Amino acid sequence: MIACVLVANRGEIARRVFRTCRGLGIATVAVYSDADASSPYVDEADVAVHLPGNTPAQTYLRGELLVEAARSAGADAVHPGYGFLSESGAFARAVLGAGLTWIGPSPDAVDAMGSKLEAKRLMAAAGVPVLDELQPDAITEADLPVLIKASAGGGGRGMRIVRSLADLSGEAEAARAEAASAFGDPTVFCEPYLVTGRHIEVQVMADPHGTVWAVDERECSIQRRHQKVIEETPSPLVERIDGMRDRLFDAARAAAKAIGYTGAGTVEFLADETGRFFFLEMNTRLQVEHPVTECTTGLDLVALQLHIAEGDRLAAEPPMSQGHSIEARLYAEDPATQWQPQSGTLHRFHVPDVGAEFTVPPGPSGIRLDSGVRDASVVGIHYDPMLAKVISWAPTRLHAARALSAALASSTIHGVTTNRDLLVNVLRHKAFLAGETDTAFFDRHGLIELATPADLDRAEPVSALAAALAIDAAARLDAPVLRGVPSGWRNVVSQPQRIDLDGPSGTHHIAYRFTRAGLVADGHDDVELIESTPRRVVLDQAGVRRAFAIARYAGAPGHVYVDSALGAIHFVAVERFPDPAEHVAPGSLLAPMPGSVVRVAAAVGDAVSAGQPIVWLEAMKMQHQINAPVDGLLAELPVREGQQVDVGTVLAVVSTLEESE
Amino acid sequence: MTVLTSALDTTSADYAANRDAMLAKLAELDTEQAKAVAGGGEKYVARHHQRGKLLARERVELLLDPGAPFLELSALAAWGSDFPVGASIVSGIGAVSGVECVITASDPTVRGGASNPWTLRKILRANEIALQNRLPLIGLVESGGADLPTQKEIFIPGGQMFRDLTRLSAAGIPTIALVFGNSTAGGAYIPGLSDYVVMVKERAKVFLAGPPLVKMATGEESDDESLGGAEMHARQSGLADYFALDERDAIRIGRQIVGRLNWRKLGPTPKPAPVPPRYGEDDLLGLVPADLRVPFDPREVIARVVDGSEFDEFKPLYGSSLVTGWADLHGYPIGILANARGVLFSEEAQKAAQFIQLANRADTPLLFLQNTTGYMVGTEYEQAGIIKHGALMINAVSNSTVPHLTVTMGASYGAGNYGMCGRAYGPRLLFTWPNAKSAVMGPAQLAGVLSIVARQSAEARGLAYDDDADTQMRQYVQSQIEAESLAPFLSGRLYDDGIIDPRDTRTVLGIALSAIHNAPVKGADGYGVFRL
Repeated sequence: MIACVLVANRGEIARRVFRTCRGLGIATVAVYSDADASSPYVDEADVAVHLPGNTPAQTYLRGELLVEAARSAGADAVHPGYGFLSESGAFARAVLGAGLTWIGPSPDAVDAMGSKLEAKRLMAAAGVPVLDELQPDAITEADLPVLIKASAGGGGRGMRIVRSLADLSGEAEAARAEAASAFGDPTVFCEPYLVTGRHIEVQVMADPHGTVWAVDERECSIQRRHQKVIEETPSPLVERIDGMRDRLFDAARAAAKAIGYTGAGTVEFLADETGRFFFLEMNTRLQVEHPVTECTTGLDLVALQLHIAEGDRLAAEPPMSQGHSIEARLYAEDPATQWQPQSGTLHRFHVPDVGAEFTVPPGPSGIRLDSGVRDASVVGIHYDPMLAKVISWAPTRLHAARALSAALASSTIHGVTTNRDLLVNVLRHKAFLAGETDTAFFDRHGLIELATPADLDRAEPVSALAAALAIDAAARLDAPVLRGVPSGWRNVVSQPQRIDLDGPSGTHHIAYRFTRAGLVADGHDDVELIESTPRRVVLDQAGVRRAFAIARYAGAPGHVYVDSALGAIHFVAVERFPDPAEHVAPGSLLAPMPGSVVRVAAAVGDAVSAGQPIVWLEAMKMQHQINAPVDGLLAELPVREGQQVDVGTVLAVVSTLEESE
Repeated sequence: MTVLTSALDTTSADYAANRDAMLAKLAELDTEQAKAVAGGGEKYVARHHQRGKLLARERVELLLDPGAPFLELSALAAWGSDFPVGASIVSGIGAVSGVECVITASDPTVRGGASNPWTLRKILRANEIALQNRLPLIGLVESGGADLPTQKEIFIPGGQMFRDLTRLSAAGIPTIALVFGNSTAGGAYIPGLSDYVVMVKERAKVFLAGPPLVKMATGEESDDESLGGAEMHARQSGLADYFALDERDAIRIGRQIVGRLNWRKLGPTPKPAPVPPRYGEDDLLGLVPADLRVPFDPREVIARVVDGSEFDEFKPLYGSSLVTGWADLHGYPIGILANARGVLFSEEAQKAAQFIQLANRADTPLLFLQNTTGYMVGTEYEQAGIIKHGALMINAVSNSTVPHLTVTMGASYGAGNYGMCGRAYGPRLLFTWPNAKSAVMGPAQLAGVLSIVARQSAEARGLAYDDDADTQMRQYVQSQIEAESLAPFLSGRLYDDGIIDPRDTRTVLGIALSAIHNAPVKGADGYGVFRL
């Protein structure tokens, strides 16, 4: 019997495991890095152990510290979550070696699948269909495109697509560096890259007594940079093709049996539209997207993991699944700017009408939220930028998609840019609704279009007006004198009041005036003001009345968040008076996001050519190259390797040759 | 508290006719104010903008706190004179960094912002308001100096502009000059005598004598920048305390200066959360008869101006031609004196004198709502001592030290203008409704008096009196006096601080009361000898 579980992880997955532990009466231990000290999961654990430092290599990848933490906090079992050391056989051995229970498959099974290269060979031997492996030296034009994968990788990190032979060695180098940083193992391999395809996976659950369940399949074809964005069960493809589910389940069970697997695992396949599929890898851990399977089967997969670790027996067959479930991963990232990870304070995070958190919602349908954040959480640069998973469950796929898109659209998310609009647009896209999902979805349907809120043209101007009116109302309430006088009152009128707001599609110059007959706002002749307060503005536009919720936060002066039925829009009020001190030299290269400088490839005075990389910035485990914008001389280089920089920090200044002379 | 009830019938024909007449007057007022706003006209405004400069009112708007009101004063200054309406300057009261300030801004689109005699009067009035009410004074300066053809009206009295500045400073009232352009010769003493000076880079020009005059005086070759540029004054002479990169920067610095004044209002704070009147301000349009000879009940006005329409009347049964009582306005307690039936008799005068003394005892500001034809005349009243009683009231008004505010709602004739705190009696602020008239007496009476006197004079000399000429004379005099008693004419001569829309009365008085309370509110310790 397990009495106390340490979760060697952070964020929402730690909360997920704690939730089940609490239900089973098992005590919980959290571990936390410096940056995670005030995360919700730390508060929720019975006890928490500090792992000094911030980078994964200093903290969540330090097996010996984790085992020591378990020992000192009195844990008798370790749950690895996903990512970090969840697929490290060495860590599993260390846990077992310390006399603790490892909640996962045997270290040998982990190792067998941990090397993706080795796993492919094993699977081929067990009769599971696999893609050919390519030798990097032997790759020719005809093999392109190819995919470079980290043998120890997962979650899309360390993966690179190579479309030209010239890039091969550079990309392999970068993939090795990323793999070493993220997984501690630089081994990479190559295989043919299927430009389009479907990502189908099967949840397996195996007990130590020989029972192997293929619980359900999931389709996770909507991906960005090989990272899943939307996952669902059942798979529209598998539903469409007769007999495919049986073939998949057989292959998955064969895979698990081939390595004597126990616990929860996932066998991933790449499928084409005809129903052919190839083994990609087996994840020897709980998947991020496990909640959709829980919703349709009613299982608590974490509870099953715990029971199996305690030696319990599974029933002969998994339960029948019902309905359809879709999960959307809400990331702090900007899809429109190469998915740049976003960081900052998440002032407000609220998903409305949540039926359950970390468990299956009651009834035949509902919204489930698995979130790692709460109001005022700080989204940092050190870890995966996923904020939360929002999951819907409904009798049909269309109902599930509608409920999920509505939940996301009406969520209140203030402080960091997210992929929310993208998720909503995908869930409402007719191709998605028709089940036409494959890994090239974003390329086919246009990422920028998908990332832009559907009604922005209509929503933005009136939302900007609402924001301005709320700012106006707040200014009146905060005024130390003459508070009782109407806003902007003039006995001699010469011009409107003005508030300028930067919005998604540019600056809005709001010019308005309150007259005896009501609000007069330039360009908004059809708008009537019903009510304006600092937090709520009600406008009647051409006979349609809408309420706009307005939020501003002390920690973010100038930022205004407007939520309404037209969508959520973030504005930044333009300062009335430009600060004369804010002045950037031309040719300056600014940090596009907070991160650490990992490499500097030029020195002051060097001649540089346009496009030449000068500085590498690592943020959220992605490396970003900062290139010279023009041919010229490197005039200034105020940063050094290892330095932490904030967004907007000047990294380098390149002067053109004329300027230098 | 007593809540007033209204007997106003807003569906009556009279109401509709009164409203139409008032709206017509307001339309005229809009037209005249638009002239002031237009400044020097499209061509000069465009040229000013092309130079990257802001208009006077654009500067003021940027200086003010967002959403804060601005009570513009003397907007029709110079109306009826040879000079443009507005007198090439903007003045008013508004909040800057949470502090009520008097703001003046020269309008460089009107003859380069040159000062004419009306500009001078408008500036001096603004200075006076700053001094009496203890309001920081911010000058947005860009003026070509005096209008030379009228220098005789400006030069000698104009010295007071500079004297006022340093007297304000001596009284602990900060003076701030933001110099956007020319401020030369005498104008140089505006920054010279201000507590804080901000100058705009490559725009401000502050010197006693420009290059041509220097050349003539000493033979020295010089240029504008070295004689009086912002950079020179900031780095060398020390006349500029702040060097602004551009106009917006200057305004930013001006707001920053006010924000650091550590300003505290010395008057009592208003009661929190005042409730609006129970009756709509719009009714005020139809309340005042188009014909000023028809009296109206001032309680109908009070009910639409004071908090919750609550008014505790003092001595309601005595001297009922003058209404006196207590109310709150935007949370500030006030005493109100309002003419009910035009004429002031002995009783009204005595009641007023007592009420003014009570207000001074209670440190309560007073509001005078004028609609008076003056003190009663005739043997009966003279014999009963109407002069003595009128004098009681004038004595009390003159020596009262609580702040006074006056609104001319209709007629303001004769000594009634004095007793009801007309311009000469120094109300802190005085506003006029567009229909109001003021003169020594009504035009018909004045013409009639002239006619009787002329006839008597002719008869005394045994001459025949020309009745046709008399009719002509009476018509001429009557129309002249009529024209000279109208609100725009009087406002143009700065006999008030502005004509206001009656519907704005509560707001205007609210701003005025709040501004007044920057200074302490303290009643009088003594009066002139009351002739009893």
